Amino acid sequence: MKREQIDLAIIGGGPAGLAAAVAAYDSGVRDLLVLERDSHSGGILQQCIHNGFGLHRFQKELTGPEYAWEYEKMAAERKIPIRCGSMVLNVSPDKVLTVVSPEGVTQIEAKAVIFAMGCRERSRGALNIPGSRPAGIFSAGTAQKYVNCMGYLPGKEVVILGSGDIGLIMARRMTLEGAKVKAVCELMPYSGGLARNIQQCLRDFDIPLKLSHTVTAIHGKDRLTGVTVSQVDEQRRPIPGTEEEISCDTLLLSVGLIPENELSKGAGIRLDPVTGGAVVDEKRQTSCPGVFACGNVLHVHDLVDFVSEEAALAGKSAAEYIGGETAEESPLELKPDGRIRYTVPQRIVGRQEDVKVYFRVDNIYKKVEIQVTCGDRVVLSRKKAVVTPGEMESLTLKKEQLADCQGEQIEFALKV
Amino acid sequence: MVVEMKRELTCIVCPMGCALEAEIEDGQVVNVTGNTCPRGAKYAEQECTHPERVLTSTVAVEGGGVLPVRTDRTVPKEMLFDCMAEVNRVTVRLPISIGTVIIEHIAGTEANLVAAKNLERGK
Repeated sequence: MKREQIDLAIIGGGPAGLAAAVAAYDSGVRDLLVLERDSHSGGILQQCIHNGFGLHRFQKELTGPEYAWEYEKMAAERKIPIRCGSMVLNVSPDKVLTVVSPEGVTQIEAKAVIFAMGCRERSRGALNIPGSRPAGIFSAGTAQKYVNCMGYLPGKEVVILGSGDIGLIMARRMTLEGAKVKAVCELMPYSGGLARNIQQCLRDFDIPLKLSHTVTAIHGKDRLTGVTVSQVDEQRRPIPGTEEEISCDTLLLSVGLIPENELSKGAGIRLDPVTGGAVVDEKRQTSCPGVFACGNVLHVHDLVDFVSEEAALAGKSAAEYIGGETAEESPLELKPDGRIRYTVPQRIVGRQEDVKVYFRVDNIYKKVEIQVTCGDRVVLSRKKAVVTPGEMESLTLKKEQLADCQGEQIEFALKV
Repeated sequence: MVVEMKRELTCIVCPMGCALEAEIEDGQVVNVTGNTCPRGAKYAEQECTHPERVLTSTVAVEGGGVLPVRTDRTVPKEMLFDCMAEVNRVTVRLPISIGTVIIEHIAGTEANLVAAKNLERGK
């Protein structure tokens, strides 16, 4: 078997992988390689042809392929090799990658590895909707690929289950292409998507959003002929007597994203059961020294701009690791209170720099105070008018504040 | 007679999605609240008088496949389907580079339809 040695291997050539590669290069790494299993780089951005990307990162509103192109240019200027058609099958704890590509199977020994594999969609199987198994049921992202990359319209009369952003974006896209989107059903009493997408994807086209509703039956033998939609109670159980049958030939599922961490598990990396991604420190280093993670493989982001930001941090950190820098002081564990579902990072090992902490809440709350405490002492508190599960929040802990934290953990609480 | 009304809007300028309230008198926006930046006020004014959107879609590629496209500025919201009718009539020949104008003044608007991706032959 062919064996190669490299300083830095980056798994995934989407927005996270490209931004990590560019940042690692700019921090001095020259012997690096991006491994991408698809035939092109850019990842899921290539099928996200709508605009709205890049307002933070580039101060302009770009489409997905345009955002990818900005990073593809940066990678090309630096002559960073991107090996497409290469799928990593395994990563060992001592950072040996097993890669399959048209050239066969290769082993790559890396000094550092960045995981940037992204996430995948939850499928019908994860939902247990009863009924037959006709054609016409797609995840929203699959339908997006059919329409935007292959030029096929997967159906004419559509019901969408789940109001995540991909579902909302597809409601608009299918409508513009001539399909009739009859309803978007959301199990929760609030949408999981961005407020602006409710406006520009649903209200703009008079598409009804049915909150606290779910699909309770699927009809049709060869092709979907309709779905039964029911209202749900506060425990999310369907309420008998509220059933409504909607005829449709297509059901799109936009019911959540799952970080794709098979490789992390294989490498024995500790995962966070809430995020589904690795437990990381503020450098985005995992429990396996020299292995970093960033982007949607770490936790699902709302905006690609923040993926790029996080990936740049991972890239810089990998460069420092390769250069022999380690800054392990007494580690601080970050403990979310439950209303705050998780934090990224989950631990902080250094005190030399400010640390931006990302988190998500478990419900919609109004007039809240986010309180960070260490022992009895309040390190930081921040008032917010509204927090929702659909929008990732962040706050920055100053290095002076971190230096004052004497204990082993700091708590993140949401006071309502 | 002065007609006063209030309209609730969701700002679509950036992902923050601010909840806006526009006060309208005689068809003119006289006050906007809820915005965190000046772009929100501008959006509310436009949305209440003549709403506009950026259109993104795909056009057919000669020999098969599609190319993502966008309008280079906003078009009146009520023109979106007229623009789509033109988008669906056009076929492009490769190679094509990002930013290339595909339809000038699409559907008689001020916007051009441009390529949103570089596409080479055989890809």
